[in-house]
Amino acid sequence: MTDLTLSSRLGALPYDPAPESATLAHLRQSYGLFVNGEFTAPESHEQFASLNPATEEPLASVAMASPLDVDRAVVAARRAYDKVWSKTTGTERAKYLFRIARLIQERARELAVVETLDNGKPIRESRDVDVPLAAAHFFYYAGWADKLEHAGFGPNPRPVGVAGQIIPWNFPLLMAAWKLAPALAAGNTCVLKPAETTPLSALVLAEILQQADLPEGVVNIVTGDGTTGAALVDHPGVDKIAFTGSTDVGRLIQERAGSAKRLTLELGGKGANIVFEDAPIDEVVEGIIDGIFFNQGHVCCAGSRLLVQESVADEVLRRLLRRVDQLRVGDPLDKNTDVGAINSSAQLDRIRELTSWGEREGATRYTSSCALPDKGYWFAPTVFADVSQSHRIAREEIFGPVLSVLTFRTPEEAVAKANNSKYGLACGVWSEKGSRTLWVAQRLRAGVIWANTYNKFDPTSPFGGVRESGFGREGGRHGLEAYLDV
Amino acid sequence: MSERLDVKKTYKLLVNGAFPRSESGRSYPVMSAGGDFLANVAQGSRKDLRDAVVAARSAQSKWWAASAYNRGQVLYRWAEMAESRGAELAEHVRVAEGLAAKDARASVARAIDRLVWYAGWTDKVAQVLGGANPVAGPFFNFSLPAPSGVVAVVADQDSSLEGFVECVAAPICVGNAVVAIASERRPTPAITLAEMTVTSDLPAGVLNVVSGVTSELAPHLVVHEDVDGVDLTGAGAAGDDLARRAAASIKRVYRPRDDENPLRRLRSFVETSTVWHTIGQ
Amino acid sequence: MSIAPLRPIEIRDRGVLVPALIAVPGFRDEGELRRFVGALSGVDAVGVEGRVAKLATRSLKKSTKATAIDLAISMVDLTTLEGADTPGRVSSLCAKAMRPDPADATVTSVAAVCVYPDLVALARSSLGDSPVAVASVATAFPSGRASLEVKLLDVRDAVSAGADEIDMVIDRGAFLAGHWGRVFDEIVAVKAACGAAHLKVILETGELVTYDNVKRASWIAMLAGADFIKTSTGKVGVNATLPVALVMLEAARDFAETTGRVVGVKVAGGIRTTKDALRYLVVVNETAGDAWLDPACFRFGASSLLNDLLMQRRKQRTGAYVRPDEYSGD
Repeated sequence: MTDLTLSSRLGALPYDPAPESATLAHLRQSYGLFVNGEFTAPESHEQFASLNPATEEPLASVAMASPLDVDRAVVAARRAYDKVWSKTTGTERAKYLFRIARLIQERARELAVVETLDNGKPIRESRDVDVPLAAAHFFYYAGWADKLEHAGFGPNPRPVGVAGQIIPWNFPLLMAAWKLAPALAAGNTCVLKPAETTPLSALVLAEILQQADLPEGVVNIVTGDGTTGAALVDHPGVDKIAFTGSTDVGRLIQERAGSAKRLTLELGGKGANIVFEDAPIDEVVEGIIDGIFFNQGHVCCAGSRLLVQESVADEVLRRLLRRVDQLRVGDPLDKNTDVGAINSSAQLDRIRELTSWGEREGATRYTSSCALPDKGYWFAPTVFADVSQSHRIAREEIFGPVLSVLTFRTPEEAVAKANNSKYGLACGVWSEKGSRTLWVAQRLRAGVIWANTYNKFDPTSPFGGVRESGFGREGGRHGLEAYLDV
Repeated sequence: MSERLDVKKTYKLLVNGAFPRSESGRSYPVMSAGGDFLANVAQGSRKDLRDAVVAARSAQSKWWAASAYNRGQVLYRWAEMAESRGAELAEHVRVAEGLAAKDARASVARAIDRLVWYAGWTDKVAQVLGGANPVAGPFFNFSLPAPSGVVAVVADQDSSLEGFVECVAAPICVGNAVVAIASERRPTPAITLAEMTVTSDLPAGVLNVVSGVTSELAPHLVVHEDVDGVDLTGAGAAGDDLARRAAASIKRVYRPRDDENPLRRLRSFVETSTVWHTIGQ
Repeated sequence: MSIAPLRPIEIRDRGVLVPALIAVPGFRDEGELRRFVGALSGVDAVGVEGRVAKLATRSLKKSTKATAIDLAISMVDLTTLEGADTPGRVSSLCAKAMRPDPADATVTSVAAVCVYPDLVALARSSLGDSPVAVASVATAFPSGRASLEVKLLDVRDAVSAGADEIDMVIDRGAFLAGHWGRVFDEIVAVKAACGAAHLKVILETGELVTYDNVKRASWIAMLAGADFIKTSTGKVGVNATLPVALVMLEAARDFAETTGRVVGVKVAGGIRTTKDALRYLVVVNETAGDAWLDPACFRFGASSLLNDLLMQRRKQRTGAYVRPDEYSGD
């Protein structure tokens, strides 16, 4: 069925721009550090700009927290823990979290625009995925706050104390929610450090925490760069570190934290999306697209390795390339945009570097013919075929809209290839045969396995990796463990 | 007529179901708690650990592929073997730890009871640690525990049998394979118990025990890239440094705490694997 | 339980053997048809519904919206299929079909009017030499529960009265019982009876229930010679849905790529608003492509939809919302 005797142009009906209004963001010109319930100037008075990656223009200036500022935040969190939060009943903590969830829903449109401006992701995703899921996380963990003794960790689980939380730039608000909601439900206080390039939605969240009347110091938000994060990791007053980000930084954090602090790490991945010959082919194509082009591929669990059974490889690739060419790349605020901007010039450089290796090592490159804007950081959706296991693009996390296609012949070979990675975060399995899907799922070394779907998230569903993708789970009952002394 | 000359036992390593001497050819003298010479015990080397990790890696997938029921039976069989040689174990513990005979017997009894306890966990873990997740969408979503893989154990230095059982039975019962460094000063109870796995249907390589100098061996294990987790119970003051080194390959690290939750050790070497499947006609 | 015949079933029309499976290259018997259609990849319901949900968020603005509304108007099969239909109703429907907006001559005529066979002649004469086609349901519409002889007579009756297009129903009972050969052969027979008239094959997807069935029935219909595959009669509980349309469009796209023959898709029943229509056009645009963005290959079987399209069209131009009474109730 590969004989193309007819060409029907997909997406021939052009869509006029349908931009969401940037003014909905209501951004301030400048933000301080959120310490002890209020925005305060950093000790050094040093500020840095957060850029819109789609235009390279500054959006707002944010404070650079020094180790002294981090210390202030940890002291505030400790005081809040000792004096207030540890004495607040679960029922009351729950109500604060429900309040926060509601406020996120009320300010959803604003948050979506802020996220899209600061991160570069399409407004469709920030509106339909990031923000609703962030609210859902608070809603879910709110309910746990007064039921911890039923969570399966013993009769009287105690909080850990002060949690230092370092989050990445790919889902800024959602990651803040993933960190804060279970920590607060379990009774901890928090010092949250947003990513350097995407601090703004966390600062809007700080406003929401104020609106919710969350007691001062229970959550402190310190913006800054790697030195800020390091100061948080090293601070002796922090009982627990939760980090989401790259495996390299995770390794450093684990080294520095040693076993003095509790630690959970959610790190990189090189997810295999395994397609069997009996899979529902049109849904497979969509699943591959969702797997690698969702959020520009800036997803730790991205399905960046497509493992397709040889008997259908040509057919899947043909349909995939047709679909890739149809992706609408451009203004992230446009409601019809499928793929937005790369988050930073540094990330763009890394994507370019690794993809150049793909060609050098002999893979066949297909790049979407989409036009890219002149300003901003952009990378056209790219697929590499004829990739072999040893290629860098099959082993290293690219964290961009780049897919490597490999083939396999038998289920055993598929599993072996999928597991042939230092990572183990997520995998996809596509087949109409349930018994084989479960056979494969049982053997994949991965924390999350999506069968006939990909990149689905839910507050009730534990997420996290094995091997060098980290340890600990976020989401669900399991997500409480990281924040309880059990 | 002369007295019968007794047959002295050479204490060797347990690697892949076999009892090799250390490839290094070294041994070291082990003394009783009272300071008397007990035995020359094989002094394992870095290469012995390497062989043990290879054996453990290969055994782990088979062990995990066995049914949870079967794993429980095997561990229970191990407890049966220990019970039938309880007197021998008690004597080892008595001499090694310098206990009164009664206390040594009690310690062995507790150790065996812990083996039985863990034997019973094999087919409960999935139900207690796993479960269905009510996601907001047309998906059947369930989380199941899976073993981390190969777990390196620096066994308790003082509690020669009970401590050893705790350190190795917890990871093994949830499907891991273990490479354990026995107590340096008191290795014989652990080695003797480990010997019994060979008559308990525990597949070769699921438990490997290397005796030797902990400070020499442990650093190699915590940086071995094919080790997924480490239990640093017996690492003492070196534990902090070993924990830092384990970061190189993002290992799961277990260190004992006061006020221990009874399941923490078991949970430490379990990964939660969550499967989503579409629901549709 | 009956066993599907492995030899071609004989279909006689007025005593003459109708060339059926044997006549279609590639299928010597029902077994071969079953093997071919059964080997098509399955459809994952969650994936299909997720895809259309995402496509439904497309935002059509300004000139895109204006173009899409005009396209949708040109794709309407203006339909009246009531027991209470009268010559008066049909002739006013025809007038509306030719000139949907009496106040605006720039509005294109619709694709067709769709009536019962006994009203075809009237529709034909009402439409004169306008480009609007006459479509007629036939084959014991909507249930299809009649002998083949009767169905073919129904078809010939409509064709001889001047129908340009015949909307037949498949035998859903036969399909669900696994008698795919019978479904196939019946379509072949009806196609033969249509002569020059275009054949639209109604799958009645609401009764086929699963997307797998929709996909298989689409292929059977296309292989048997359908010029169009159509979702529904409009007479059962579940009519056209976006996911069903997606599955049928994908089938038509794949069929065209395999055989070189473009088969049209018609969605019918329950499509009442411009918003609905535009969502279908987005699905067409992004899954089948421009070959189907044409009234020759995509139709809306509807009646009240047209007025909403006209209201939205005028609103686009004037910026003001329009009073429904501006348009006739036909």
